[in-house]
Amino acid sequence: MRSDSALERLLADGEFVVTSEIGPPKSADGEDVRRKARLMKGHADAFNVTDNQTAIVRMSSLAASLFCIQEGVEPIMQMTCRDRNRLAMQSEMLGAGALGVKNLLCITGDHQKFGNQPQSRNVFDLDSTQQLMVFKRMRDEGEMWCGDSIKVPPRMFLGAAANPFADPLELGVVRLAKKAVAGADFIQTQAIFDLQRFDEWMGMVRSRGIDKDVHILAGIIPLRSAKAARFMASKVPGMSVPDEVLARMSRASDEKAEGLRICLETIEELRGRPGIDGIHLMPVNWESALPEITERAGLLPRPQARR
Amino acid sequence: MIIGEQKPLDEIIAMVEKEGGGRILVAGCRSCVAVCLAGGEEEVEQLASSLREHSDDRSLGWELRTVTLQRQCERSFDEAISELVDWSDALVSLGCGVGAQVLSEVYPRRVILPAIDTSSMGAPEGGGKWKERCSGCGDCTIHLSGGICPIARCSKMLQNGPCGGSQEGKCETSPERDCAWQLIYDHLRAKDRLDLLEASLPPKDWSRSRDGGPRTVVRGRGSGR
Repeated sequence: MRSDSALERLLADGEFVVTSEIGPPKSADGEDVRRKARLMKGHADAFNVTDNQTAIVRMSSLAASLFCIQEGVEPIMQMTCRDRNRLAMQSEMLGAGALGVKNLLCITGDHQKFGNQPQSRNVFDLDSTQQLMVFKRMRDEGEMWCGDSIKVPPRMFLGAAANPFADPLELGVVRLAKKAVAGADFIQTQAIFDLQRFDEWMGMVRSRGIDKDVHILAGIIPLRSAKAARFMASKVPGMSVPDEVLARMSRASDEKAEGLRICLETIEELRGRPGIDGIHLMPVNWESALPEITERAGLLPRPQARR
Repeated sequence: MIIGEQKPLDEIIAMVEKEGGGRILVAGCRSCVAVCLAGGEEEVEQLASSLREHSDDRSLGWELRTVTLQRQCERSFDEAISELVDWSDALVSLGCGVGAQVLSEVYPRRVILPAIDTSSMGAPEGGGKWKERCSGCGDCTIHLSGGICPIARCSKMLQNGPCGGSQEGKCETSPERDCAWQLIYDHLRAKDRLDLLEASLPPKDWSRSRDGGPRTVVRGRGSGR
């Protein structure tokens, strides 16, 4: 094992894993994170702790990850390339390892133009592929990127993101292959509504054998309303929400119930796909939906990771 | 070439007023900023006439003279206008950020009022558009990316492929902005060289870019190599 991560252990044991998401608050309220962690505990195997998501300032991912650990919930600490240079990234990797964070997700980060401080500079010293190279070297070689040795290297299960709905499709698959070589152990995808396009992407991923090198977790967002569906279709970068899904949501008399039905159908479909090792559930602005989804999808109880 | 655009007239007027007006020399440049229609002879005359109009409307008594230099970024051209500079109370530069600074160095006792916002190194697109092409990173690798620079042309300077925000050829930051990686992909596919995209680029050495400090190029020695 590369880390002491329960997520890694479960994947190694062939379990169909569930990850979800905990968004840190726009405040210094640690209790907010603890409350969310308690609410969601037991309904997923590990939780992404987002990093200034959509370029809006929130409590740091590292601090919020620590609150999760204190509540007995395993965090997947996200780290964007937007906000840090390689010095900050490496020092944070060391700090996270020391504090007991066992999963780290390397991501590019939304452009700051989408956030509440579009006047800020971005960093992008490294891209997410290069970030994985650096972290893999730190973990596996016990060396900083510059070659200095690390007496106690961080043991971290490394993740990355992939968007099957971004263009050009073929180049996205090449980039995923690069991430796998660079050091990604697992991949979480953008939320899937467009199964046809997802299958096209997954076919290319499988034909290159990338699914043999990394664990792929399929991204799922439960739709809370027809309005939310329309927003995702038109305003969120890199999303694809087919007309059929939009139509189902607008026709529904009970939009939440329809959103959950679509979500459960998608999970059922994806569970049967070769190369999918789990799901990543993002109940955006609808955290309370997680227990019902995992229950109705037959994903409970979550297995305990062997030690 | 260097791309810039003229500041809004009211900002230029505010700078001139703060300097006290009086005799005003507007100095343009016949090089890059003339090509991007920001600081050539015509723009110099237009700005001077706008300032004159502003003064006449308010009886400020400003006097205006104009000059357009061959290259404002070269000392010898700047030195040649010393009589005009001596005549003036306020000196408005319609050169790029480089030209305005060299003018300032040649006339160290004068305050140079910059009337152009310099943005980038780019090329004319036609139709009154100029687009950024180069960020001056000091370590060119465009042969690996279809002759298109992802540092200058990707909003996130990504070196190993597009982010998840690229859709239908456009960047997530604006439907008006092409995704650099879509352009790279299209060029390499046309050349049947998609194989080039399989190679991973390791962390870049930014010490040769602005991150290493202001750079000096010495003939035969290169920049910071």
